[in-house]
Amino acid sequence: MKVHNNKAWWLVLPVVALVAFSAIVPMMTVVNYSVQDIFDPSTRYFVGTEWYREILRDERLHNALLRQFAYSFSVLAIEIPLGIIVALSMPRRGLGVPICLILLSLPLLIPWNVVGTIWQIIGRGDIGLYGRLLHDLGIDYNYASNPADAWVTVLIMDVWHWTSLVALLCYSGLRSIPDVYYQAARIDRASHWAVFRYIQLPKLKNVLLIAVMLRFMDSFMIYTEPFVLTGGGPGTTTTFLSQTLTQMAVGQFDLGRAAAFSLIYFLIILLVTWLFYTAMTHADDKG
Amino acid sequence: MAEIRLQQLAHSYHANPAGPEDYALRRMEHVWEQGGAYALLGPSGCGKSTLLNIISGLLEPSEGQVLYDGKSVNGLTPQQRNIAQVFQFPVIYDTMTVHDNLAFPLRNQRQPAAKIAERVTEVAQTLEIEHLLHRKARNLTADEKQKVSMGRGLVRDDVAAILFDEPLTVIDPQLKWRLRRKLKQIHERFNITMVYVTHDQLEASTFADKIAVMYDGQIVQFGTPRELFENPAHTFVGYFIGSPGMNLLAVTPSAEGVLLAGIELPLAPATRQALAEWGAQRLMLGIRPEFVQLVAPGQARLRASVGLVQDLGTYRILDLQLKGAVDAPLIKARIEEDQAVPNGEVGVLFPERWTRFYADDVLVEMTEGGHP
Repeated sequence: MKVHNNKAWWLVLPVVALVAFSAIVPMMTVVNYSVQDIFDPSTRYFVGTEWYREILRDERLHNALLRQFAYSFSVLAIEIPLGIIVALSMPRRGLGVPICLILLSLPLLIPWNVVGTIWQIIGRGDIGLYGRLLHDLGIDYNYASNPADAWVTVLIMDVWHWTSLVALLCYSGLRSIPDVYYQAARIDRASHWAVFRYIQLPKLKNVLLIAVMLRFMDSFMIYTEPFVLTGGGPGTTTTFLSQTLTQMAVGQFDLGRAAAFSLIYFLIILLVTWLFYTAMTHADDKG
Repeated sequence: MAEIRLQQLAHSYHANPAGPEDYALRRMEHVWEQGGAYALLGPSGCGKSTLLNIISGLLEPSEGQVLYDGKSVNGLTPQQRNIAQVFQFPVIYDTMTVHDNLAFPLRNQRQPAAKIAERVTEVAQTLEIEHLLHRKARNLTADEKQKVSMGRGLVRDDVAAILFDEPLTVIDPQLKWRLRRKLKQIHERFNITMVYVTHDQLEASTFADKIAVMYDGQIVQFGTPRELFENPAHTFVGYFIGSPGMNLLAVTPSAEGVLLAGIELPLAPATRQALAEWGAQRLMLGIRPEFVQLVAPGQARLRASVGLVQDLGTYRILDLQLKGAVDAPLIKARIEEDQAVPNGEVGVLFPERWTRFYADDVLVEMTEGGHP
């Protein structure tokens, strides 16, 4: 005979407690902030949706959001194909494998502010590796004063820092394809492109989904590297959403507005990630 | 369509093979004739798949040549050899429909659309997967996937040969039998050379006209199922073919014939002479359980006590403990269901016509009519 009781809830309790402390409580605090105008801990007023309305009409934030989308999609457009290409060209066995894996892991192990500093130096026109090289080639490059240069430098820095992650994920995906698939493809006279299109790409789908989501979320929240490299400048060219948010919350101590902004920020990330996920998992599920 | 000849072929996975034990395939000469249905039979790890991959060009042999119609194809890719191969486990292109899977090898060859449609329909009919043609291959069962895999092997009609590497492993027994019949029909209709790798003697003998038995990197015998049964060229063939396998009994030459467990079995002079000429280190007598004759204890030199009796429906297998020396061996005998099972002690006769001798595992050839 079955015993019906509610003891199973105790098993869920640790997870509920953990999630409450790590996510629900902080988030509800932010929700709480977002509907108040706070001057000091004892002086605060309930303002309802005013902050939200203000944020949705804020020109500065619109621009930051557009920059952010442009940046994140550039990151994806470069890092995903490049990562696949790197993974495809890596050796499948032998001494080359550990060497490649270590080389690829190196950028991932460097702290983010160090990455920013490294590129600050590399990009310098007088002593930097690339900055000096470009100058000697007659290109007037200066990431500190030219918006386009700054933008490109931040992008290249991200590519340098994170393409490895995509490549490693893809490599692990490629390694899990049994040899017999390649043998069958040779028997079927498949071209290299057909092997990629019909064997490798379908088998990479799941890791690519993870790679796209990770890189989107990370690049959409990027803060440290451009902050160290350009400080968001020149002007606001490389001021992305998280930096705008920090300025608002810590710089101007505008907690209510910053809280409303960060909730909208969170919802955008959630929405776009969900769109990617849905698009990629249902892409060829018909039939 | 082609005759496939293996010339001085050997293969080792080691870069510098030191001795014969480093070879996955020992040096061999072999011919698969155009249009034949062949089986390559042997236990796991004997080199069957290695040999198949060398024939198809997936693997480059370390020594020797593969010839198609007399022309060496060493160094040519499977594409250039124009060969089809079906693997043990289903290999399908997940994102394509069944139809596109079947059409894939033809599209890669840039065949006209009309021809592709015709071939795909024909193969789908043969394999009974027409109703699946528009399904995504990913969502099929293992059986169906393997049929699609086989279909891709069969869809090209201009191939030099079709190689099957234990293709029915994942298929359930009922369907297995039907598919084997189908393959046989396809073979009869298109007259394509087919080589079928298996470790199952029943599968080999129902599919193939001739079977090559492989053991330890060598083809130890190539013959019809009947030849393999009646005249095994190697103790391994005797043991591996038949169920149960041949009785293989250590004997030593003596004045009148051979000694088995201390009892002398007289042999014809010609046989004695043949054995003497071979001068073997290790001599064995081989007789199939089917050919062991049981008589009254007084009528034979060899006597045995009846042990375990296995009833297998239409026949029985008896365990017989020979009498004589302390290490006298156990042999098996097969009796039909209408024969009475003897009790206690029986006399055992080995008819000369069905008795074989193996010197160091190799059959001692007798001159015509001189079988012992």
